[in-house]
Amino acid sequence: MDKRKAVMGAGRRWAVDFSDQSTVPSSRDILDPPGFSRVSPEQDDSATSRQKKDAEANWKLQKAWEVAQSPFKNLMMMGFMMWMAGNTVHLFSIGITFSALWQPLSALQSVGKVFEPFKDNKVELLMPKLVFLALNLGGLALGIWKLNTLGLLPTHASDWVSSLPPPQEVEHSGGGFAFH
Amino acid sequence: MAIRVSLLLLVFLSSAVVSFSLYEDQVGLMDWHQRYIGKVKHAVFHTQKTGRKRVIVSTEENVVASLDLRHGEMFWRHVLGTNDAIDGVDIALGKYVITLSSQGSMLRAWNLPDGQMVWETSLHSAQSSKSLLSVPINLKVDKDYPILAFGGGYLHAVSAVDGEVLWKKDFTAEGFEVQRVLQPPESSIIYVLGFLHSSEAVVYQIDSKTGEVVAQKSMVFPGGFSGAISSVSSDKVVVLDSTRSILVTIGFLDGDINFQKTPISDLVKNSGNAEILSPLLSNMLAVKVNKRTIFVRVGGEGKLEVVDSLSDETAMSDSLPVADDQVAFASAHHEGSKIHLMVKLVDDLDTVLLRESIEMDQHRGRVHKVFINNYIKTDRSNGFRALIVMEDHSLLLLQQGAIVWSREEGLASVTDVTTAELPVEKDGVSVAKVEHTLVDWLKGHMLKLKGSLLLASLEDVAAIQEMRMKSSGRSKLTRDHNGFRKLFIALTRAGKLFALHTGDGRIVWSMLLNSPTKSEACERPSGINLYQWQVPHHHAMDENPSVLVVGRCGSDSSAPGVLSFVDVYTGKEISSSDIGHSVVRVMPLPFTDSTEQRLHLIADTEGHVHLYPKTSEALSIFQREFQNVYWYTVEGDDGIIRGHGMKSSCAGETADEYCFTTKELWTVVFPSESEKIISTLTRKPNEVVHTQAKVSTDQDLLYKYVSRNLLFVATVSPKGAGEIGSVTPEESALVVYLIDTITGRILHRLSHQGCQGPVHAVFSENWVVYHYFNLRAHKYEVTVVEIYDQSRAENKNVWKLVLGKHNLTAPISSYSRPEMFTKSQSYFFAQSVKTIAVTSTAKGITSKQLLIGTIGDQILALDKRFVDPRRTLNPSQAEKEEGIIPLTDSLPIIPQSYITHSLKVEGLRGIVTAPAKLESTTHVFAYGVDLFYTRLAPSKTYDSLTDDFSYALLLITIVALVAAIYITWVISEKKELSEKWR
Repeated sequence: MDKRKAVMGAGRRWAVDFSDQSTVPSSRDILDPPGFSRVSPEQDDSATSRQKKDAEANWKLQKAWEVAQSPFKNLMMMGFMMWMAGNTVHLFSIGITFSALWQPLSALQSVGKVFEPFKDNKVELLMPKLVFLALNLGGLALGIWKLNTLGLLPTHASDWVSSLPPPQEVEHSGGGFAFH
Repeated sequence: MAIRVSLLLLVFLSSAVVSFSLYEDQVGLMDWHQRYIGKVKHAVFHTQKTGRKRVIVSTEENVVASLDLRHGEMFWRHVLGTNDAIDGVDIALGKYVITLSSQGSMLRAWNLPDGQMVWETSLHSAQSSKSLLSVPINLKVDKDYPILAFGGGYLHAVSAVDGEVLWKKDFTAEGFEVQRVLQPPESSIIYVLGFLHSSEAVVYQIDSKTGEVVAQKSMVFPGGFSGAISSVSSDKVVVLDSTRSILVTIGFLDGDINFQKTPISDLVKNSGNAEILSPLLSNMLAVKVNKRTIFVRVGGEGKLEVVDSLSDETAMSDSLPVADDQVAFASAHHEGSKIHLMVKLVDDLDTVLLRESIEMDQHRGRVHKVFINNYIKTDRSNGFRALIVMEDHSLLLLQQGAIVWSREEGLASVTDVTTAELPVEKDGVSVAKVEHTLVDWLKGHMLKLKGSLLLASLEDVAAIQEMRMKSSGRSKLTRDHNGFRKLFIALTRAGKLFALHTGDGRIVWSMLLNSPTKSEACERPSGINLYQWQVPHHHAMDENPSVLVVGRCGSDSSAPGVLSFVDVYTGKEISSSDIGHSVVRVMPLPFTDSTEQRLHLIADTEGHVHLYPKTSEALSIFQREFQNVYWYTVEGDDGIIRGHGMKSSCAGETADEYCFTTKELWTVVFPSESEKIISTLTRKPNEVVHTQAKVSTDQDLLYKYVSRNLLFVATVSPKGAGEIGSVTPEESALVVYLIDTITGRILHRLSHQGCQGPVHAVFSENWVVYHYFNLRAHKYEVTVVEIYDQSRAENKNVWKLVLGKHNLTAPISSYSRPEMFTKSQSYFFAQSVKTIAVTSTAKGITSKQLLIGTIGDQILALDKRFVDPRRTLNPSQAEKEEGIIPLTDSLPIIPQSYITHSLKVEGLRGIVTAPAKLESTTHVFAYGVDLFYTRLAPSKTYDSLTDDFSYALLLITIVALVAAIYITWVISEKKELSEKWR
């Protein structure tokens, strides 16, 4: 295994890079060939490109809204699953409840990442983000509510008293029948 | 959340259908059973030339048994009831064992080889009297001599073949006491000798065929007789007169009675009161006088002469015919660490047939009884074997100067039990020693794996079973981290302490409290009770734990007491002291000193209490809590319960600063015409309660009233105190009380009309379960009472509880008059009960089981869930999930939940439970004539893997997974490489 790595890594003496990403001619040592223009095609027909851009922005917004609303479907399904699971503590209901808690949490953590592809200075992403947040928080609330209905949240007095030992007694007494 | 986990777990467990039965191959893995017979009263040898040599014994535990003379094993055994004491045992017709029991009213014949009952005859009895059994020595097989049984004022002649009563004769006349029934061999006349009003000797001659009185003679003796009598030959008896200073020989040859008086002072100088000893010696009698045993030969004309004298401690056997019309007897006495056994001829005491000295364990005490038997040696001389009963009730067979076998029969009469820890494992000893090598370990687990995959052959199964039995040092003498290895310290009626190992039930050490080496003022203290004196943990680990044995120098309650402290690890007595005051009650206090010695209060008959240990540290601890220590007395005969408080040091009366006077604070008087106390009970002082709250289905809270100062009292109407069914339901009532023993306040009273005792109860946490008889329903009933605290029920605000703003853990006083309420429910129970106990675990989290000792001497484990007052006919879904069982009118008896499975703990008297370190597990020890031990897990072992767990399977799975991961990784690497080359 190491041998193979050595062949591929250390064995390379020289390389030619044919790709060229630079756009500024001055950064290069070699001049552009005559007749070659580095100007991008978009700048050429700006009218069609703007149209395209608008369409793309619209499309992005639309997609963002779709993404923002996607937890709703999830929410409905979760609700259905929870209803199916019933109110008793067993493997199924606990699994459902924990996934119901974990999904919104992970979604909330990755809000930025989810809307990354739609990032555009022309697209207003605040509203979809808020809706997304709200729906996920709703999902979280549903999960917590389920947790509570399962009796796994310390919301009752009994949860706090159960661990208390019985109180000490001040007086001590002993005795009984006399020995025979 | 974490708070809920344990609860969750319990819900899980309770919802599962728990079965407590075990598989056939699990028997004997955790439990052990030991069979005993008790202190031997009579022994009859059966040593024919052919066949197995055996000895038939009857004991003080009402057992008749047949023992193998070679090894001491039991061939068979029958335990008669507690009220069926055996008066006589003999062998008839060479094949039947005849027992006379119940004061001469029950005659039974058992088949000698296998112990099957052949016949049983209930004899008519009119009054209580001594009972006598006379089985004729049957020389001619064809002639059926009747068995003569006297008891209850009647003499019965019973056929030995079928137990038919041939005739009976009434001797119930006023003031007449039958003393002896004599049947001279080869004679058809039976002599019945009795005393009329202790002053007139009457002899009846009865025809043994018909039972008719042939002749009757009587003669008045002016001095009067005392009870003791010794028959020296077929026509002579010797009695003591009422002053116990004159021996009277009564001859009734041919029906003529003659008296011959011999003052004991003629025989022995400076004689005091004499006592006739029981051995049956021909033409000789043994008299105990001046602390010596003298042998008196009875001459032909009734002349008495002293032939020998022995020390007081000598035990003697009955006489035994040896060859050539000679009669021998054995005597045994203790000297130092040896026992001297001598067999002499009765006619010629100088001829010693056998003289043996046998080294004997100091802790067996003195010799109490000797039974001898002879056999013909290969050189045609007489050999003797002696069965001896020692002071500690043990039974030994001596032959040719050695102990052939011994049986620790003291364990048949255990009176008190406590538990003790084993020593901590030292660094030098490690588990590796037990597990030998890794190869062996793997082999063992491979076998187990085979077993669990049903691949094992028969030999493999046997190997697995054997491996399990001796697995992982279950009988090691060190503590284990699960707390499965422990010692049970048992005190027996003989005053001997035994330490029994929980692993295999062997005796780790034993100690006789009154060993003969001690020569103190109190020579033979009788042990009363056992207490844990010192249980070192935390800061006193280097101290050995010890137990306190409280004893008394006599049977009288005002006799001075004796304290003995015994080291649990070594079984040696650390110290013992005569405390100089009587012992009426012992109260362990909930305080310990810096060396973990528990403080004890001992009350005497004068109403003073004495503090132990007598150290200044203990005194200062006690003085701090002086005002908070109370004690109560139950006077069952008067129907009074009194409460006492501490008053002051009794420095005014004595200089003893550890003595305190008390004052009476309260009395509860039960009306003597309607109520009689039959049972009282408190919680076990060392019981651990995990929580004070009980959560019901709808998250509602109930606060348990958990108090150590609660006394459960059961009373019945005096008429109903007798046998079940002796009263009508209208006349009998059972009333139970819960009384606070600090203030005397009656917290609860519950009356059961038409019910009767005996009451067997168990008190744990905040509930009492008791068992009694319902006369109206003709059934036994079980009632549960649960006690809850109303005054703390207001603590329901979650936020206050979260922030800790509550007083639920503040110390409470009985004077604060807590409001309480109870919930109760009753059920029918199909069985009669001998004793009830409850399981106890280390933290009190595990659910509890009632352990019911049934009349069949088995132990039934019944879930506490079955005796829950919240049971209803139709529990809601939530209640069902919580584990509430639908209410039924009777408690189920599931055969699989007998923890004794197929065994019987004969003569069951008590059940002791002790927690293991593992929360799920509890030790159960039951004692009676037999001993039984097992480990129980009332909610299954949820905190440990079972012994059956296949580690090999787990290991193989892990190895296979690792291998699979490696292989797939290699494959994926290769694939990636080939992808790259493409």
